[in-house]
Amino acid sequence: MQRIGVFVCHCGTNIAATVDVARVVEAAAKEPGVVHAEDYQYMCSEAGQLKIREAIKEKNLTGIVVCSCSPRMHENTFRQAAERAGINPYMVEIANIREHCSWIHKDIEEATEKAVILARAAIAKVTLNAPLQAGTSRVVKRALVIGGGIAGIQTALDIADAGYEVDIVEKTPSIGGRMSQLDKTFPTLDCSACILTPKMVEAAAHDKITIYTYSEVEKVSGFVGDFQVDIRKKARSVDMSKCTGCGVCQEKCPSKKTPNEFNRGLNNRSAIYTPFAQAIPNVPVIDRESCIKFKTGKCGVCAKVCQAGAIDYEQKDEIVTQNYGAIVVATGFDTIKLDKFDEYSYSTSPDVITSLELERIMNAAGPTKGHLERMSDHKAPKSMVFIQCVGSRCADKRGKSYCSKICCMYTAKHAMLIRDKYPDVEVTVFYIDVRTPGKNFDEFYRRAVEEYGVNYIKGQVGKVAEKGDKLLVQGVDLIDNKRILMETDMVVLATAIEPNPDVRKIATMLTASIDTNNFLTESHAKLRPVESPTAGIFLSGVCQGPKDIPETVAQAGAAAVKVVGLLAKDHLVTNPCVAKSDELLCNGCSSCEKVCPYGAISYEEREVNDHGIRETRRVANVNSALCQGCGACTVACPSGAMDLQGFSNRQILAEVDAICK
Amino acid sequence: MHRTEQEQAELIKEISGVNTKKCMKCGKCSASCPAYEEMDIRPHQFVSYVQNADVKALLESKSIWKCLSCFACVERCPRDVKPAKLIEAVRLMVIRERGGNYLTPGEVPELLDEELPQQLLASAFRKYSK
Ligand SMILES: Cc1cc2nc3c(=O)[nH]c(=O)nc-3n(C[C@H](O)[C@H](O)[C@H](O)COP(=O)(O)OP(=O)(O)OC[C@H]3O[C@@H](n4cnc5c(N)ncnc54)[C@H](O)[C@@H]3O)c2cc1C
Ligand code: SF4
Ligand code: SF4
Ligand code: SF4
Ligand code: SF4
Repeated sequence: MQRIGVFVCHCGTNIAATVDVARVVEAAAKEPGVVHAEDYQYMCSEAGQLKIREAIKEKNLTGIVVCSCSPRMHENTFRQAAERAGINPYMVEIANIREHCSWIHKDIEEATEKAVILARAAIAKVTLNAPLQAGTSRVVKRALVIGGGIAGIQTALDIADAGYEVDIVEKTPSIGGRMSQLDKTFPTLDCSACILTPKMVEAAAHDKITIYTYSEVEKVSGFVGDFQVDIRKKARSVDMSKCTGCGVCQEKCPSKKTPNEFNRGLNNRSAIYTPFAQAIPNVPVIDRESCIKFKTGKCGVCAKVCQAGAIDYEQKDEIVTQNYGAIVVATGFDTIKLDKFDEYSYSTSPDVITSLELERIMNAAGPTKGHLERMSDHKAPKSMVFIQCVGSRCADKRGKSYCSKICCMYTAKHAMLIRDKYPDVEVTVFYIDVRTPGKNFDEFYRRAVEEYGVNYIKGQVGKVAEKGDKLLVQGVDLIDNKRILMETDMVVLATAIEPNPDVRKIATMLTASIDTNNFLTESHAKLRPVESPTAGIFLSGVCQGPKDIPETVAQAGAAAVKVVGLLAKDHLVTNPCVAKSDELLCNGCSSCEKVCPYGAISYEEREVNDHGIRETRRVANVNSALCQGCGACTVACPSGAMDLQGFSNRQILAEVDAICK
Repeated sequence: MHRTEQEQAELIKEISGVNTKKCMKCGKCSASCPAYEEMDIRPHQFVSYVQNADVKALLESKSIWKCLSCFACVERCPRDVKPAKLIEAVRLMVIRERGGNYLTPGEVPELLDEELPQQLLASAFRKYSK
């Protein structure tokens, strides 16, 4: 028989104001096996823990029940206290009489009755607890970063600077992400490339960083500390070790009609291309779908003109398999498609553009060499209208429910830059709210209005229509309560952003959760913002939620610190509350394997001794490092062979019995 | 039966099925409305007036007879508020209280105006007749 001690916490008034703790102590003391029961103001305090340790020693306790807050808060505290007093930490049970009781009830009678019942269930359970031993698993001292935007680059640099190996896997031919497409950056208006390229170069030159561009993660297995990842290096058709980056191939390539992704389709590129001048690596790729040689077998111009002999049409995709202790997701974002917003004439008029397209138009390396002009007739605009919140803050299916966070600031930036460089251009901004929290952000927006004369109108645009070579904007000024009908030359849409669409695929591979908007979910919105709920997976940048560059970089550093904290460990302590199958009951039916979300169950032919009969049977085997203790298998098992240690069927039923008593 | 403005506002919300609290005051309904210039109380204001139970002003407003029921505001509202349904509900309230037809076919030729869209006629009978 166990010797059980029960400790009831007041949690100040959090519990004691609604639950009569004295009565809980009294009721608990009468339960079978209970040899000690007391209450205290703060069980989690040093003094409270000391009470537990002393009672263990004095009364020779073998099992502990603490009636307190959620086990998520203090289970560990009390387990450690028990361990220090010499009993197995898994002999501690928590009855949650705060979140599950005092906080949600008003009536003292009811709440006290429920607290007694919860205590009784925990006592019934601990009676059947058995000591468990936590195992250990190894930590591979290498991290993987998926996505090579500013978030991924910064995380990789910080991990590498701490002395660990990092691999960056980037889908496109170069690292850099969206930031490489931007012209100038708020709030200081420094040139994006000027601050980004040094980081790209540093990452490329770092002896601890390996960059796989034009590559994708194909398969992930394993668990925290020891993930095994297959990376597909897509065939570049150019030998990285030979190419000198001279660019002759791109000049001579006769296939020049593919929309240039980097310039958001505003001009065309050749079939063999590097996305931008400062690309890292500065080695082109052949886009095989556009290449004449791959389509018809004829051409081969690039191979002929390449002095270095780097062109290799035979190159094949390559799979690199590597083990990692931690994985960081930094897959960033894209702007949403505007096909559902016909009212803005985006798909019909080339002079209605998104803000990201405007970044390319304003950029010296962009389709117009940095000259502000209309895409229809290449004339300089005399007036421009910006519309904020396009597709953001929408309750309907056309857009996104959230505020994209960056567009108020970049619209102010665009408006200011245009007024600065082209003072004759009239600039009007339609806004719902101007949201500029952030250091020096509101001052920045006010400068656009007060110093640069940008005309901000509180109101929205209902329609943009083509009228001759002009655009007719129909809107409303809510302050003046007045209809606005104005002709303008260009309309710029501050388009909502969304997570990169293939993040779903990545999240599934990593069993990392995503929210309804496809943003990766953090483990705790306030206290664990860069960790995914899946152990060993970390989040960096806009893939977790809308952010500007300063926030992205800060979060990237935070994710790196968490990774370093993990990689610095010699080994990891595993959770012993995992599933275990009884080989004598298991009939090898595979039901459990099908429901396990973590792939922790496999089958093996094992010799068993069933009451003297020796035979080889196919039985389930749980990989305790992979098992997360979710218990799905125990429910699925038709023969009752599968059980969860620390939460056995017997224990759960004992709790139910105690509750129903 | 006499109702307070608060009760009338509740009734309007009930008839229309509109939750005025969803409005974020962006003005896109008014920006989209083809009858905007004709209205004394604008579509976005309609939402706010109902929310604030200023129903008397709405019952007297000429906007309820100017709305074309084109549903542009319903289509474009980012918060799915459906201002036109509120306007329709106020109109119904007026018609019901008057208890008769507000528009008879005989009156149409004299009311006709070059500028008005055809669509108006069809919906007008639906709106102004019992
Ligand atoms: C028009 C516009 C103007 C802006 N102006 C400013 C400004 O002035 N100042 C400012 O602070 N912020 C600005 N921003 C915001 C800024 O762009 C972002 O904060 C920043 O780019 C976020 O970086 P990131 O690394 O999280 O994402 P990204 O830059 O999107 O990088 C993600 C990277 O991951 C890669 N990737 C995606 N999926 C995969 C995959 N499955 N496998 C491998 N790789 C993958 C992508 O190819 C990309 O390289 C602006 C944004 C826009 C749209
Ligand atoms: S082989 Fe393909 S990539 Fe090379 S020059 Fe011809 S079309 Fe361009
Ligand atoms: S940041 Fe500004 S423009 Fe962008 S969605 Fe939010 S409020 Fe609208
Ligand atoms: S469009 Fe919708 S959200 Fe905007 S003001 Fe009108 S009713 Fe309100
Ligand atoms: S339905 Fe009425 S209020 Fe709405 S846009 Fe049309 S005319 Fe204006």
